[in-house]
Amino acid sequence: MHSLGYRANALLTFGVTILACMCAIASFSDTLNSPTPTARVQVLNINRFQKKPDGDDEVSMTLNISANLQSLFTWNTKQVFVFLAAEYETPKNSLNQVSLWDNIIPKKEDAEFWIRTTNKYRFIDQGSNLRGRDFNLTLHWHVMPKTGKMFADKLVMTGYRLPELYR
Amino acid sequence: MGWIGEQVDSIKSIQFRQLLTQAISLGMIVTSALIIWKGLMCVTGSESPVVVVLSGSMEPGFKRGDILFLHMSKDPIRVGEIVVFNIDGREIPIVHRVIKVHERPDTEEVDVLTKGDNNFGDDRLLYAQGQLWLQRHHIMGRAIGFLPYVGWVTILMTEKPIIKYILIGALGLLVITSKE
Repeated sequence: MHSLGYRANALLTFGVTILACMCAIASFSDTLNSPTPTARVQVLNINRFQKKPDGDDEVSMTLNISANLQSLFTWNTKQVFVFLAAEYETPKNSLNQVSLWDNIIPKKEDAEFWIRTTNKYRFIDQGSNLRGRDFNLTLHWHVMPKTGKMFADKLVMTGYRLPELYR
Repeated sequence: MGWIGEQVDSIKSIQFRQLLTQAISLGMIVTSALIIWKGLMCVTGSESPVVVVLSGSMEPGFKRGDILFLHMSKDPIRVGEIVVFNIDGREIPIVHRVIKVHERPDTEEVDVLTKGDNNFGDDRLLYAQGQLWLQRHHIMGRAIGFLPYVGWVTILMTEKPIIKYILIGALGLLVITSKE
């Protein structure tokens, strides 16, 4: 009844249960946080706007991104993954989402930043539909916890219209 | 030798009825584990509701040995989501982030491109030869929750099978020799 095996088993079960409870509580405590992030994105310049040899349009642009995501961090936050996506509609596709830039923010101190950058991932359409096309810029973030549920949200920025002519 | 002798004696002394009880309790453990797994499959709608991260391609978000909980719903796939997908002709599922989505009107058809946060380039090199996009049927689920370290048990067991056999053997012996 009170052998070593039983005691070890009881201790292990108790330990694991407590750990699981603490993980659940830590994850739940994230939902009490109501963040108020702010961000601003500007398209500074269209560097290149061409039709590739295979017929798809490609854009290269310079972006100015500034944001303050510090309020997303809680004690259970391991990192915040932030990325900027262009969203637009074409006759072929009802929705196109193209990630232009992303970054991993591991610390709260780094969550207030501004950066001038060209698009990190190639902005290529499926087809040749980008001339004079309006697109929305959206800043998304993905909060990855130390344990538990992941959170994601976004801020929709002002849009931008691509030029009518290749350059 | 005394300890082993004792254990052998205790195995010999087992009555038929006791043996039956132990077989039933073992069966209960196995079936309840199965019930939990199948129940999770129903709730999450994913073929494999829990996966272990096997590579460092999503670091520092997900490390090797972390466990991910998956959910598969009818919701359309959007950029930024972490999805688990299977490539035709590859056995091991991959956990990466969606960076491009092109969705056709009316039909459910969608073209998706993925990338590991810690990888330099996108995943076209990992896809099948000539494959440029993932379609809906490649995707097994999206990651919604996360538990660190727990997956190391399975990684250890698949990489060093001897540990698995020792563990199973020890547990089996414990079940047989334990009274009550």
